[in-house]
Amino acid sequence: MPASKTSAFFARFRSLIALVLMTVALSVMSEHFLTTDNGLTILRQVSINMCLSLGMTLVILSGGIDLSVGAILGFSGAVAAGLLKNGLSIPALGLHLQFTTSGAILAGVLIGAALGWHNGVAITRFRLPPFIATLGMLSIARGLAFLWTGGFPITGLGADFGQIGTGAWLGVPVPVWIMVVLVGMFLVVAKRTRFGRHLYAVGGNTRAARLTGLNVDRIKISVYTLAGALAGVAGLIVTSRLDSAQPNAGLSYELDAIAAVVIGGTSLSGGRGTILGTVLGCLIIGVLNNGLFLLNVSPFWQLVIKGYVILVAVAIDQASAPRNRDS
Amino acid sequence: MTSPVTDTILEAVGIEKSFPGVRALDGVSLRVRAGRLVALLGENGAGKSTLMNVLSGVFPPDAGAVHLEGQPVRFATPREAQARGIGIVHQELNLIPYLSVAENIFLGREPRTRLGLIDYGRLHADTQAVLARLDLKVAPETLVADLRVGQQQLVEIAKAVAEEARVLILDEPTSSLSAHEVEVLFGVIADLKRRGVGLVYITHKFEELAHLCDDVVVMRDGRVVGEALFRDLTREAIIRLMAGRESKEVYQKTPAAPGDELLRAEEISLPGEGAGRPFLVDKVSFTLRRGEVLGVFGLVGAGRTELLESIFGAHAARSTGRLAIEGRPVVLRSPADAIAAGLALAPEDRKRDGLVLPMSVAANASLACLHRTLRAGFVSDAREAAVVTPYVERFRVKTPSLAQLIVNLSGGNQQKVILAKWLATAPKVLLLDEPTRGIDVNAKREIYSFIDDLAQRGLGLIVVSSELPEVLALADRVMVMCEGRKTAEFSRAEATPERVLHAALPDRAAAIAC
Repeated sequence: MPASKTSAFFARFRSLIALVLMTVALSVMSEHFLTTDNGLTILRQVSINMCLSLGMTLVILSGGIDLSVGAILGFSGAVAAGLLKNGLSIPALGLHLQFTTSGAILAGVLIGAALGWHNGVAITRFRLPPFIATLGMLSIARGLAFLWTGGFPITGLGADFGQIGTGAWLGVPVPVWIMVVLVGMFLVVAKRTRFGRHLYAVGGNTRAARLTGLNVDRIKISVYTLAGALAGVAGLIVTSRLDSAQPNAGLSYELDAIAAVVIGGTSLSGGRGTILGTVLGCLIIGVLNNGLFLLNVSPFWQLVIKGYVILVAVAIDQASAPRNRDS
Repeated sequence: MTSPVTDTILEAVGIEKSFPGVRALDGVSLRVRAGRLVALLGENGAGKSTLMNVLSGVFPPDAGAVHLEGQPVRFATPREAQARGIGIVHQELNLIPYLSVAENIFLGREPRTRLGLIDYGRLHADTQAVLARLDLKVAPETLVADLRVGQQQLVEIAKAVAEEARVLILDEPTSSLSAHEVEVLFGVIADLKRRGVGLVYITHKFEELAHLCDDVVVMRDGRVVGEALFRDLTREAIIRLMAGRESKEVYQKTPAAPGDELLRAEEISLPGEGAGRPFLVDKVSFTLRRGEVLGVFGLVGAGRTELLESIFGAHAARSTGRLAIEGRPVVLRSPADAIAAGLALAPEDRKRDGLVLPMSVAANASLACLHRTLRAGFVSDAREAAVVTPYVERFRVKTPSLAQLIVNLSGGNQQKVILAKWLATAPKVLLLDEPTRGIDVNAKREIYSFIDDLAQRGLGLIVVSSELPEVLALADRVMVMCEGRKTAEFSRAEATPERVLHAALPDRAAAIAC
């Protein structure tokens, strides 16, 4: 292959090559790495970040950012757990509602979607910068999680609910199935739906999208609502896996999600990036965490190394991106 | 012009500069002489600003040379040009809003104390002196953001004056100045001329020339098409120079037999935001018939773009007036409404308002009619290609493939993709805002023939342009705007360059001394 083709190939599959190299290296360095069990463990651990990162990808493609997904994860999980365990009392109406497992699950996802919708409305109707709107929501949702739980974990959620995080089907953990289905869905949403195409247009050039007749506000609100709902799903997985809703669950998870998206090559300025890139970004972070753990690297060093992986990944992207003519 | 070379400070010889898809400067020469002001005239896109950017080191020329006092120079950065005594006041303001007036004027050249800290005492005293020269009565500590636009423009000028440049380039410096401020500026310019500074002055306002101008250079299509001593020129002669007589290349539209009324606009108005004119568009009414091309001519700031955007529903919250399409009154609350009603708008600034640069040719072309690409509810590549290919071929878009990123196409081909995008929505009325801005001569000609062809197929087209020959070549009727108002309408036979330009110039310009 001529040099330019080689570099084009390299640029396109950079994340994939990095992932393969890491896998090979870790397989050589640790006998425990390349086993079916460990593979499934990695995937199960990755599934939570994957839910958040899929939503984050849409948000970043639209030209925004969402700092609140970790907090929404915590509140959604707590709501689902609380409703399942204690039901919902509305003293004013003298009502007490009991929730089935599916009812609680649905409520958890819906509450996530509602908070995400709140983000979208703040950003479009009230013209807040996404950074500010979701920074506010980060605090709001975390506060609600503490209020809802009274600061104590809600535990003992039952075997049915436990299936979400700990169950398996055909030998594969349920969270991995959830992840695979969601990834499949969002691959289609991003590439094959009007919504997906409009989303790229809004992120690539909001003014042009508006002058082409797209309903920019509705698209943005949908994006944040989806990100919130996906945070709700992640909240259910976390809560179910631990059989406990911790008010602090998901603390700073938004940062891992943003990291996965940018490692996957999505541009923070919007309009450029892929779901597949994010999937690879999530896997890279997951494999790295797992491998460093197997190699007995101190967790403190793990943080330092992860930080540099992010910096190097984006630096390589910047170096190979075409120079903006205006700058 | 022959004159002794001794007083020449800055000279550009045979400057060429191309941008992707367009030749902005094609062998331009310009001489700036000590104590003289050369006025640079020409329509938008003539290459004036590009030439000034070359002279002031914003970017290097592709070919040709710049001589400073006889020595060839090649500025790598604006800072280098500045250090060699070439100052420029750009048309758009380059101030830092939350720094003070003094900090802006001496940005990068702040006087320091012995400890290396900024010497605010001296900074403010020096600033005071410069502001006094410009009769700008604001405190040096004032934040630039708190000033009126006109005052900000004066601060920008003060910045250049404070540099004690040997050559000062002023690009439309008076666009937002009050009458008094303009007078003061002219005083400063006269003073600079006495001190032997060479000046280049870009303007659209002829009446200003009488007060300061020594030489006139007229540019068009990246070339110098005329130069003369100002005192030898009449206003009519300048207009003739600007309008251009080289009709050999001018395209001629097929005469149309317009059909029924397609679009009627009555008293379209758009109030301004904040300071400036109260109305950007002021009670403009017109009609457009099937198969007709209505040309809209006006200078920068005449309100042409705002008129099109108002019609297109892009300013629905502020704009007023009545619209009827095919005789039926319509209310367009958004661009989506306008598109549904059969309108389409190709905006003036393609990159800012028209294209989604990170997307492919196909995705840009199908964006306005994505519903046509769906199969079972999902976007189908095959169907998308089937939808856009006829238009991409019809407009002869040169692209290696539909998957090519639009950013890699030339300006002309990008514009063709925008036309393809709108034609795919089967519009009745096509609004084209400066459709040939920044594209090369051949692509221009193609666009002209497309416009002609579309009119013959029964569309109504409104073509906004600040290039007079373009308007005259394309339009069946010409509407002229000036400062937000419609000032004239000519049939094709009546529309001579002189008449149209007269109507486009503000009244006060008529008072120019010749």
